[in-house]
Amino acid sequence: MRDVAIIGVGLTEFGELWDKSFRELIAEAGSKAIFDSGIGASEIDALYIGCMSAGRFVGQAHVGALVADQAGFSHLHIPSIRVESADASGGLALRQGYLSVASGLNDIVVVGGIEKMTDVTGNAASDILATGLDQEWETFFGVTYPGIYAMIANRHMHDYGTTREQLAQVAVKNHANGSLNPYAQFKRPIDIKNVLNAPIVASPLGMLDCSPLSDGAAAVVLCALDKAKKYTDKPVKIIGSGQASDMLPLHGRENICTFEATVYAARSAYKQAGIQPKDIDVAEVHDCFTIAEILAVEDLGFVKKGDGGKAIENKITTLDGQIPVNTSGGLKAKGHPVGATGVSQIAEIVFQLRGQADKRQIKDAKVGLAHSIGGDGASCVVHVLEAMK
Amino acid sequence: MTKNNVIGIVSYGAHVPRYRIKSSDIARAWGKDPDTIANGLGINEKSVPSLDQDVATISVEAARAALARCDIDPQDIDAIYVGSESHPYAVKPTGTIVGEAIGATPNLMVADYEFACKAGTAAIQSCMALVKADMARYGLAIGSDTSQAAPGDALEYAASAGGAAFIIGNKNVIASLNYTCSFTTDTPDFWRREGNKYPSHGGRFTGEPAYFRHIINNTKNLMIHVGTKPEDYNYAIFHQPNGKFPVRVAKMLGFSPEQVKQGLLCPFIGNTYSGASMLGLASVLDVAKPGDRIMVTSYGSGAGSDSFDITVTDQIEQMQRNKAPLVSQLIENKEYIDYATYAKFRDLLYWE
Amino acid sequence: MADAAVPRFWRAIPQRYNLIANQCSTCKKVYFPPRESCPYCRRKSIGKMKNIKLSGRGEIVTFTIIHDAPEQFEGQAPYPMAIIKLDEGPKITAQIVDCDNNVKIGMKVQSTFRKIQEDGWVGALYYGYKFKPVK
Repeated sequence: MRDVAIIGVGLTEFGELWDKSFRELIAEAGSKAIFDSGIGASEIDALYIGCMSAGRFVGQAHVGALVADQAGFSHLHIPSIRVESADASGGLALRQGYLSVASGLNDIVVVGGIEKMTDVTGNAASDILATGLDQEWETFFGVTYPGIYAMIANRHMHDYGTTREQLAQVAVKNHANGSLNPYAQFKRPIDIKNVLNAPIVASPLGMLDCSPLSDGAAAVVLCALDKAKKYTDKPVKIIGSGQASDMLPLHGRENICTFEATVYAARSAYKQAGIQPKDIDVAEVHDCFTIAEILAVEDLGFVKKGDGGKAIENKITTLDGQIPVNTSGGLKAKGHPVGATGVSQIAEIVFQLRGQADKRQIKDAKVGLAHSIGGDGASCVVHVLEAMK
Repeated sequence: MTKNNVIGIVSYGAHVPRYRIKSSDIARAWGKDPDTIANGLGINEKSVPSLDQDVATISVEAARAALARCDIDPQDIDAIYVGSESHPYAVKPTGTIVGEAIGATPNLMVADYEFACKAGTAAIQSCMALVKADMARYGLAIGSDTSQAAPGDALEYAASAGGAAFIIGNKNVIASLNYTCSFTTDTPDFWRREGNKYPSHGGRFTGEPAYFRHIINNTKNLMIHVGTKPEDYNYAIFHQPNGKFPVRVAKMLGFSPEQVKQGLLCPFIGNTYSGASMLGLASVLDVAKPGDRIMVTSYGSGAGSDSFDITVTDQIEQMQRNKAPLVSQLIENKEYIDYATYAKFRDLLYWE
Repeated sequence: MADAAVPRFWRAIPQRYNLIANQCSTCKKVYFPPRESCPYCRRKSIGKMKNIKLSGRGEIVTFTIIHDAPEQFEGQAPYPMAIIKLDEGPKITAQIVDCDNNVKIGMKVQSTFRKIQEDGWVGALYYGYKFKPVK
């Protein structure tokens, strides 16, 4: 398999974007990415789109064809593939795009992620998000997406002594980072009291432990590395790509407090990249809820299992910590338009590795990681990227 | 080949939901004097079903309790009749839900019954007949309700939730059903029109021409036929729309308050409608001894009474009654709610 | 949950009403809901999976109290949801009732029959298992 690089990225702002439709959002992100890369439309071999549930959010299936149309590429008649893995759809779209270039099938592809979640009511959006869980054996009985993660939090607190305050600190850190990110949905810092006093959603998680409902899109352009120099002097190489699956319902897992899918996907990506977790300089992880970031830093191998709470408390994952996590603000502050998230994480890592992360910049960032989870950990995609000199 | 075996109750089970609301709290909500109400009606508190309980769930719990107390293979239950005036569906039987939940399907006769508060005892009569005719090995008769009452109406103090299940057969009966008879007329004392949410009633008309006339006539008829007198009975159970009527009708018939006491549950859980006489009987069976004689007369508005002359057999000592909750335990297992929660549970506030 | 979910619910009645699981005759592992074949014994288990009825007894592994509930469950909020490890081995997700919202990891529970959902005002009623504490 040959090397693949990212040569362009583009994002819309994330938030409640009343004035922008599903179609407008993906067109905006896509054209920004293509412009950033310097390629011409006729050079694109295929489109890969991550989108969890346009069918229910905006009543639209056949998203691949729709995006090709909106992008103005229909007359090129290129393949356009929509990919779904609940909220890992964006990460999975990147992997599928990457594999198509690595295998030699394509030279240049555009990978996009899009979700428009606010055209339905909040209750409806929550129900749609919950379709990533086990419909017959979890949601049927009354558990919600926050409820599932709250159960993980309670067990994590029981097994490892993780505290409510440590969970809250994840949200505080991510809001602090988000306030430095022009694309973020929430640009306002919060303090720990805000988090602890927020209305309870599912104990112990309150409203500020939960990522918001958002609209947004992100896109990146992938190119075979040996052709990338034609377009950019700052290609970012994908050095590792891993994907893994696990039992659909949380109760099917051996261990409630470990996402084996993350462990396996990360292991696979690290192996391909020839690195260890400690070699990662900056990471975007899937903090759909505060507890999810705590699990991620453990399951990705940044700290030992059970030490995720201590890690945030000891400020290991802040902008000036040992391993900065979610410099973009994470899903919590940047926003979580589910299909777009995985791709927006890649965009943030690319900004970091190119030195374009502005006030969020991690000094000398050379190797970055993006981690995307589906539902309550039934699927996971991990990518490792490296700055090229 | 005709069986000469005695037909009777082989096992029984009961269920009462946990939530309770005090009469005094209902009275206060409507600006009435709490003590006057509680003393006048003889009801201290009543049971309230939670949002996830209905006649199907209560019937299943009672039926499972009955099966827990005996060794019957549910596949040998050949008929299930559920009597209620608050079936979850107007069309689609409760009996099939019970049948699946106890593993009695698919070779099974099922129908739902309705006759106000005596739908469950009517089911017992049908099961007796099926067993006697050799058409069923065992029949399961259930009376259960989550009765509705209009907010602010006098019935609101009494209308409650609960049910009991009786397995009728002719093997190893713990209580023989010696004789049954019914007294039925077209007396519109209490009714609910199709599509309406709450019942209506004729006020004081529900007393003498309805409740008292049918219970008194039927009980007298039964005692004449069987050749008994009130003092021959250890226990007497009458339908209990409030805490006062059963005691009064007992006195009018010549029964004593002591005979009525064990089966009188209304002061503690309200009127469980189709469950009322059946739960009263279950409460008596919880403590009955071999040889005890029991009189049960139910009453259903519209109107009619079913009476049963019952003798407890030696077999009751073999039954492990504590394999399922006793009625006294169900009564004690409670959690109080206030009127606002009650209104939410009983869907008094329209919300979508 | 609207649109014709009736057949989906009906197919799962043995599981939802009676906790019917199945067991691999080779390795004896118990699966709830039942599986076509054992994921570990694979083709050796085809045709050798036996239905069994679970006792409904189990222990709480973890839980949460749901405050922000989906529409069908709004009236019951706040209510506890838990992951329960059943005595026979499988884990299950269910609501805990009759507990005053007082739930602990390690608590012993027993299944009970309740109405899980109503499909609006005119749709069908869906019954199934919830769990209550046992002494």
